Amino acid sequence: MMSEPQNLPLADELQPPMANGEVLFAEPWQGRVFGMAITLHEAGVFTWPDFQAELIKVIAGWDADHQEVEGETDEYRYYEHFQTALHQVLSNQGVVSVEALAERSDSFARRPHGHDHH
Amino acid sequence: MSETTAAIRAEALESLLTERGLLSAEDVDAVITRYNERVGPMNGARVVARAWRDGDFKARLLADGSAAIAEFAFEGGQIDKLVVVENTQQVHNVVVCTLCSCYPWAVLGLPPKWYKDPAYRSRIVREPRKVLKEFGTEIPREKKIRVWDSSAEVRYMVLPVQPQAWQGLAEAELARRVSRDSMIGVTVLDDV
Repeated sequence: MMSEPQNLPLADELQPPMANGEVLFAEPWQGRVFGMAITLHEAGVFTWPDFQAELIKVIAGWDADHQEVEGETDEYRYYEHFQTALHQVLSNQGVVSVEALAERSDSFARRPHGHDHH
Repeated sequence: MSETTAAIRAEALESLLTERGLLSAEDVDAVITRYNERVGPMNGARVVARAWRDGDFKARLLADGSAAIAEFAFEGGQIDKLVVVENTQQVHNVVVCTLCSCYPWAVLGLPPKWYKDPAYRSRIVREPRKVLKEFGTEIPREKKIRVWDSSAEVRYMVLPVQPQAWQGLAEAELARRVSRDSMIGVTVLDDV
């Protein structure tokens, strides 16, 4: 279960839209992906520089394909990049293959309505 | 990629990792709780407040940020090579990571959304004065702006200027007033 978003003690110091007490994760899956990455890193499954190198590659690729348009940055999806980088580093390490993940994702996507968590 | 697909892939990955005995749902929950409740800019604010009140600590902090804050034993990581840059009457510092939104989690928590946006990452380097103005921060022409771009290992944090009116406040009271954005350098602390 996700915790409730925190109210930082500093929130009253700030003004929108740069509010301090932001929700850390806009969607629950983002928190799961972040939590998995930290857990695995702390368990020594991969080094942070290895993960960071993948993240830099993913973001550079995205930036190259998306010319900056004033006021149109909302579609930017940091945690999707984070997720892609995590998949890549786990695949590099031979922990979870791209195929195994695709297969499991497909099988979850085919679950009947009413079962999935969305 | 749609949100649904990302959510399903996250669930699929967690199930595979759980089956392989590499993590449990409780491990992931614990990380989320840690970052929601204990890792955040309130920690950086304590560092700033101590630096303002304790000249020796400030000197150590500016000389070697990671070593100086080790005594706080903050959780959160990403501060193995922390460099603290001091705002002065002559220089205003602001932090970015143009490559991947690196950020000193242990002192500032996870970065706000705008810090990760391509617009901030590219524009703060190109036109810092203009971007700061959009944050409501007017830096006088005569003051120099330095933009610090996080690299592979180095993380930066700004030591803001202490408002005159805050002289004499206790450390805990000061810490309560230091904002996250002032430690990124996109705002300055007001005298009020």
